Amino acid sequence: MIAPESVVALAPKVRLREDRITGRTVLLAPERGLELNASAVAVLKALDGTRSVREVAAALAATHAAPAERIEAETIALLSALAERALVRIVP
Amino acid sequence: MTAPRPYTLVAELTYRCALRCGYCSNPLDWTERHDALATADWIRVLSEAEALGVMQVTLTGGEPLLRDDLDAIVAHGRRLELYQTLITSGVPLTRARLAGLRDAGLDAVQLSIQDADETRSDRIAGTRSFAHKRAVAAWVRELGLPLTLNVVLHRANLDHVPEIVALAEEWGAERLELANTQYLGWALANRDSLLPTRAQIDRARAEAAAARTRLKGRMEVLFVLPDYFTGRPKACMDGWARRFIVVGPDGTALPCHAAHTLPLEWWNVREHALNAIWRDNPGFNAYRGEDWMPEPCRSCDRRALDFGGCRCQAFALTGDAARTDPACALAPDHALVSNARPGEPDTQYRRGAPPPAPPARGRKAPGPRVTTPG
Repeated sequence: MIAPESVVALAPKVRLREDRITGRTVLLAPERGLELNASAVAVLKALDGTRSVREVAAALAATHAAPAERIEAETIALLSALAERALVRIVP
Repeated sequence: MTAPRPYTLVAELTYRCALRCGYCSNPLDWTERHDALATADWIRVLSEAEALGVMQVTLTGGEPLLRDDLDAIVAHGRRLELYQTLITSGVPLTRARLAGLRDAGLDAVQLSIQDADETRSDRIAGTRSFAHKRAVAAWVRELGLPLTLNVVLHRANLDHVPEIVALAEEWGAERLELANTQYLGWALANRDSLLPTRAQIDRARAEAAAARTRLKGRMEVLFVLPDYFTGRPKACMDGWARRFIVVGPDGTALPCHAAHTLPLEWWNVREHALNAIWRDNPGFNAYRGEDWMPEPCRSCDRRALDFGGCRCQAFALTGDAARTDPACALAPDHALVSNARPGEPDTQYRRGAPPPAPPARGRKAPGPRVTTPG
């Protein structure tokens, strides 16, 4: 369960790279590749293993001049979906 | 039609292997196909694949660890930012070699087991290997690599799914692939010994579903349904020459590892660049898209989901690769599949049959009958 206070990091098995055909960022894991949209890329690249989800969302909201509440909800939804597939982990 | 872009290179580095599984995916004539590609050839193949758009590489075989240059190939793959998964029996492997492969850039390991305990697993593998696999699984976890366990399911092990799941948990797997046998190649030759009953499938499927729910977020549990029982063909390779390129040990490039069985022209990476093969090899274009499709595929509303099923299975069972996959309940040739199922009308199923026998390797291809150890 991802909460606003959770500190979340990409799972060690995950790598991000640019898709040379589309120019978009993809998430690579065993037997899996996910094409990420721009906001997902911004969230995943902001995960530093120390800041909480709330802090990451607040920083993104400030950068993009967007409502912090909405960004936080979207961030939690994204990270929860990835956590279900063990592509991100909660840092203890 | 225009070629799509590929995502995955399946690098079959050698057909050699210490195991003797009765459903082996190697060609029937594998002993006549040699490792013809040098390290430099594989390095070029990786570069050409990446330039085409490939981002995932599965290093497989046979047993890819039997190539001494595996670390050099992996190091090049990492320079290309390819996500590389080793698909292995674990034999032969040492902890030091695995550490070297990880340091060279290996991303993940998929380890096969044949059953949930040593005696049965070794019997199916035809080789004492289970105890070593246990050690390999521990090294994979210690070295921080993600571990997938893969088990090919058939009559002799389908009743052990709960024990297999427990083993995967004990060994620390992140992913468990319970893959029912596909009846091509050696598995078709040994089909009478391997085909389970519908009751076995139904029970195993329910057990796998329960495990998937229980382990959600901790271990991914896949249960690949057997097309012999579903009445629906598989979306084989996600469509012909659509997402995958396979390169075999002899340098033959294929859209699927079994496609060499089809009477089509196949080009070799020693003579052609991979992008030319992908775009222009007539074999790659033979079943791309929908133009080749006969009825009932052509007007079927599932044609974009299953791509007409498996061309190799259509050829193996009917002699015509452009027929509708006989696994489909709508196929004119469906009886070729339904009549083969044990306990159903017109089968020759013998109760109390022995466990699947390893194929007689290195002999001429047997007919569609059980082969016995040589």
